[in-house]
Amino acid sequence: MAEINTEGGGGKKKGKKRAKKMSTRIDFTPMVDLGFLLITFFMLTTTLSKPNTMEINMPVKDKDADSTMVKESTAMTLILSENDRIFYYFGITDPKVEVTNFSKDGIRKILLEKNAPQIEKINALKIKMDHKDITEETYRKESMKIKADPNALMVLIKSDDKSKYKNLIDILDEMQITNIAKYAIVDITDVELDMIKNL
Amino acid sequence: MPKVKLPRKSTNIDMTAMCDVAFLLLTFFMLTTKFKPDEPVVVDTPSSISEIKLPETDIITITIDKEGAVFFGIDGQFTREKLIQKMAERYTLAFSPEEIKSFSVLSSIGLPVANLKEFLNMNSEQRAKVKQTGVPCDSLKNELGDWILFARQSNPKFRIAVKGDRDAKFPVVKEVIATLQEKKVNKFNFITSMETAPQ
Repeated sequence: MAEINTEGGGGKKKGKKRAKKMSTRIDFTPMVDLGFLLITFFMLTTTLSKPNTMEINMPVKDKDADSTMVKESTAMTLILSENDRIFYYFGITDPKVEVTNFSKDGIRKILLEKNAPQIEKINALKIKMDHKDITEETYRKESMKIKADPNALMVLIKSDDKSKYKNLIDILDEMQITNIAKYAIVDITDVELDMIKNL
Repeated sequence: MPKVKLPRKSTNIDMTAMCDVAFLLLTFFMLTTKFKPDEPVVVDTPSSISEIKLPETDIITITIDKEGAVFFGIDGQFTREKLIQKMAERYTLAFSPEEIKSFSVLSSIGLPVANLKEFLNMNSEQRAKVKQTGVPCDSLKNELGDWILFARQSNPKFRIAVKGDRDAKFPVVKEVIATLQEKKVNKFNFITSMETAPQ
């Protein structure tokens, strides 16, 4: 830009043939376009969210050891069946089988009612923690203690062959929602299959 | 009155800075991106309120699809190479170095070991057409158990994640869980998608 154009005027013929000085400036617009195109590509292909998981501990199958005994007063059996139905009964001997489903007023209501003493205690703890009366660690410890109470509800989860995987996950989820820590996935017995057959 | 002359400004903008930003972002995305592994089946996982994230490494994924086919997946190219060699020994099969190589880049497989050789010799287009029937995991011929056993022998830190389709039938899930328990894996994870917890 600072150069003086000496070739102006009429001296075209006698002037030396000079190579035209090219500007060193490049138009970056296409390069920016390309850059953003690639960014878009990587943004769309990348997996941002890691999947969530649910942890489960199965009881150790040991042939020698006695299996854990379940108290009759605290036992509750859930049998998952087809069409998202749940059969449930309390106790072990003389079961009265009833049917419910996965809706909010279904199994959750029953479990909440049954586990009410534990939930109340945990809620009280939670309020304490919110008011900073206890630390989070004590809260965790205490709530574990409450959940492990021998009088807390013990849920046996069984399933017949027609239920779906989703049902299993849903019921495990309900356990978490209703603060039930003592539950187990158990094989269904023939007696129970007979019981739910006609329901 | 003298006229105020507005200096004429060029409409050209210097794109260099923008270009810098674009490529900086591009570099960021290129380095942080992790491509979605190509899975042989599409699985629609059920949702749960669980908020535990799945660790990124040392994971064995057992996928159960809608029809009940079981797929076995493991991360780490080197681990996979060793694993296939062990499986070949166990089932007295011979894999050529090329076949081992092509196995080591597969994210997950769902075929009996006997059919694996043929599958590994295909190109990717042919592979996409093959309908994978699943790793046998019933009590008669439990190949899944062997896969898990050898994988855990090579690295005991492996955690097992079960990723089931919401419509997968329960008996298959039960078989998988039974296989895991047989191999003394009593602690495992279910992969689920997010759901907000009810109040």
